[in-house]
Amino acid sequence: MTETQIELTQVERDAEGFLADPAQWTRELGVEIARENGIDELTDRHWLVIEFMRNRYLETGNAPSIRSLGKESGVPVKELYQLFPKGPAKLAAKIGGIPKPHGCI
Amino acid sequence: MPAAPSRRSADSDAPCDGDAEGMNKRVVILGGGTGGTLTANRLDRRFGPELEITVVDRDDLHVYQPGLLFVPFGLTTISKIVRPRHRQLRPGVRFHEAEIESVALDENEVRLADGATLPYDVLVVASGARIQPRETEGMTGPGWCENVFTFYTPEGASALAPALERFRGGRLVVNIVDMPIKCPVAPIEFTFLADWFLRERGVREKTELVLSTPLDGCFTRPIASKHLSYLLAEKGIELEVEFPAGEVDGDGGQLRSYDGRELEFDLLVAIPAHGGAAYVERSPGLGDALGFVPTDINTLQTKVRDNVFALGDATDLPASKAGSVTHFEGDVLADNIARYLEGEPLEPRYDGHANCFIETGFGKALLIDFNYDLEPVPGHFPTAFGLPLLKESRANHLAKLAFQQLYWHALLPGRDIPGIEVTMPRAGKRIPADAAAGKVGATS
Repeated sequence: MTETQIELTQVERDAEGFLADPAQWTRELGVEIARENGIDELTDRHWLVIEFMRNRYLETGNAPSIRSLGKESGVPVKELYQLFPKGPAKLAAKIGGIPKPHGCI
Repeated sequence: MPAAPSRRSADSDAPCDGDAEGMNKRVVILGGGTGGTLTANRLDRRFGPELEITVVDRDDLHVYQPGLLFVPFGLTTISKIVRPRHRQLRPGVRFHEAEIESVALDENEVRLADGATLPYDVLVVASGARIQPRETEGMTGPGWCENVFTFYTPEGASALAPALERFRGGRLVVNIVDMPIKCPVAPIEFTFLADWFLRERGVREKTELVLSTPLDGCFTRPIASKHLSYLLAEKGIELEVEFPAGEVDGDGGQLRSYDGRELEFDLLVAIPAHGGAAYVERSPGLGDALGFVPTDINTLQTKVRDNVFALGDATDLPASKAGSVTHFEGDVLADNIARYLEGEPLEPRYDGHANCFIETGFGKALLIDFNYDLEPVPGHFPTAFGLPLLKESRANHLAKLAFQQLYWHALLPGRDIPGIEVTMPRAGKRIPADAAAGKVGATS
């Protein structure tokens, strides 16, 4: 890692804007991705969810579902939808630099 | 501490305490389903009487779960897909029928509701996943088993059969409440079979068939999506995506989401939220918030204790909760338990391999074969001369039906199935350059 800040234009992303490599993620990139998706400011509550999701993914290979988030992240489901109006599981994953939740096919 | 006597023992002269000669170790396996049964049989075949193996389950009914999909359509019945658990175990394995109270990890013992305590040297958690319809408000309220059903249990699948038989048109909604679920393709298969069933009965024209999912598509993997999306259009299936179901109103015929959307239904087929076995929650330190056991994705040793292993639907692995996964895991798990008992390092050999037939109706099925690193791709399985992948065929449908016999007679006894390898075969697959090279967690 260098001191130079990585910019969103320098990292590889898929057609929907998810990072190709979770290891390239930085908090600054997260802020930029949030802005692209209509969230101008990431509050502590946003970060709580984003970091919980990211850590869980790095630990287990699974991104938690809405229900897991509601049970474990400390943020109730209703609030999750206020924080990430377009769908918390997908949007928080995108901002946190981890892959989109997907099925087996 | 002496081991508790078995109420139902297939091997009445097995020693009850640790005085046998040889390795003299006790393995307790929680769950007598696919994973528990094939693990017990593999270990017994390998070690014989020097290993004391006890399988615990709360009942003696082993359900061939893939068969549940066919029950609502009258294509099979529960009696044809259920056999006694103890009969699937080798004579050297004991079967103890009791509800599990909890696991005491520090004491290396399992406490059972019948008062027995089972001490262990190695514990295998193979107690699967269960549906939790009560996690969704109203799901088990008015309308449950009248116009709100699930086919994920023998009772539910049986109750749905006459309801489908009576169905004369309207809105049939198939809803996946949340991931993870057992057999993630089953809701899609159910929808395809419902289309076929209703066409055969002449009521398809009067039916709106809707599949709703919390994911952003029916097919969420790019390659599968490219090859299979035509199926939804061809069958006239409406798709409701990113729908986080929060509440069922059976009386009003409405399914409501957390983000304020409503889906009307005349008949709702719900795939309820899933969790691990109830005792996992009662066992401090064993499971995560959903009751699944944190497990190493390649060795199948749990992250909670070195002498605790897990496989199948009970784990938190990023693999599908499916019988094929459990089957492939079983081979690696039995090896690694042997290595653990012999003081050898474990082998990180499980690659996430899964292999699933997907019924598409009208006597056809798809086949997918994939692992942690490679999403389902086209080609053939297991070699270039095998069954077609990601493509509908009659052969796949026949293979799916034939598999039930292989399940009872080869997979559960813990025999290797000729031509089917534990690790995912690449020969025969057409792997596009842009196929997802999955990076699963940081553990691998």
